[in-house]
Amino acid sequence: MAVETETPSAYVNHHMTHLTVGQGFWTVHVDTLVVSSALAALVALLLWLAARRASSETTPTGLGAFIEFVYDWVDGEVGNIYHGNRRFLTALALTLFTWIVAMNMTDLLPLDAPGAVAGAFGAKFWRVLPTADINGTAAMAVLVLLLVIGTGIRSKGAGGYLHEWISAPFGAHPALWIPNAILNLIELAAKPISLAMRLFGNMFAGELIFMLIALLSLSVTRVSAGGVALVGVQVLLGSVWAVFHILIVLLQAFIFMVLPVVYIAMAEEHH
Amino acid sequence: MLSINATFIGQFIVLLVLLWFIYKVVVPMLAGPIEERQRRIAQGLAAGEKGEQALTAARGSADAIIREARERATQIIDHAQHRANEMVEEAKGEASSEGARLVEQAHQQIELDTTRARESLRREVAGIAVGAASKLLGKEIDATKHAELLNQLATQI
Repeated sequence: MAVETETPSAYVNHHMTHLTVGQGFWTVHVDTLVVSSALAALVALLLWLAARRASSETTPTGLGAFIEFVYDWVDGEVGNIYHGNRRFLTALALTLFTWIVAMNMTDLLPLDAPGAVAGAFGAKFWRVLPTADINGTAAMAVLVLLLVIGTGIRSKGAGGYLHEWISAPFGAHPALWIPNAILNLIELAAKPISLAMRLFGNMFAGELIFMLIALLSLSVTRVSAGGVALVGVQVLLGSVWAVFHILIVLLQAFIFMVLPVVYIAMAEEHH
Repeated sequence: MLSINATFIGQFIVLLVLLWFIYKVVVPMLAGPIEERQRRIAQGLAAGEKGEQALTAARGSADAIIREARERATQIIDHAQHRANEMVEEAKGEASSEGARLVEQAHQQIELDTTRARESLRREVAGIAVGAASKLLGKEIDATKHAELLNQLATQI
């Protein structure tokens, strides 16, 4: 999409703009929804293909072995944190990890490629990375929040859960009810906000750095020694950042997989 | 850029659908076979350990059996040697008694032959004596007539 006449700020703004439908709150980021849905379908398909062939009689190979390895690893991580029936938590952790990895990976695509493909279908903007959209990360964080509250109520009962809100951590004295409740509110809200903002911030920053690196050769319009050098530096920096970004892609997905399990396990504990 | 909008609702629904699919379809399909396989591997390891123990025990009992067999073999060899010595002694004894018997037989035969020879010699001497006497007397001695005399003569020789 890098047109010769584009200015750096126009280039970055273009890449930061979602393809939208609707107005106000009812605005929908078509790119985020399409990419994340497609990747969810891809993740579901790959998992299903691997799970379909899973058998205790045969040794898994290829995709099956890889998926089983991932499942076993996620299940082990969950088992280290939560001691109880962890079938649902494993499913949640596997969902978050695989989906976030798939979405984060789109950041490693050549910066202008998704826009060019979408442009061929008539889209004016196409921001490919769903995890650099706060809506994408907040949706996951809010589900985690609901699960944390639900787990607390299920394990302590509605009365016990409310009692904990006003009696912990300072004590059950009536004068401390309000401070307790304020602190609990902060503690509860910090969890989804930090989850959503951490992933969003990491991916947003990573995407932005790719854009800044891409700006290096934006002004190169004809073959010259300086231009070749700039393109070389851009390729070098872009490669280094991409390799480093693989780590961030996996690390952020891992964090977003482990922390919800930790929060839910903590919600079951009695103070 | 930090605007929450309807995209959130869409993302939430996609997440719920994916979570439902993984929880209800994928995890049950994966967990069963994997747990079954892990159980089998644990069983196999336990069986291997048991087999190793059995092997050690079998080695011990095999050693005992071999030792016993060796002892038994030594006993059998000793016994066989003893028996062989006995047989040799027996054979020696038999052979010497047989030899003595043969010598005795030979002695008897010799004695019998000597007696026979003496008898026939005696008879011959009697005949010669009669011949000589008859020649001396000038007439022939009637053998039948003088048989008694001749016999008397023969016994005297």
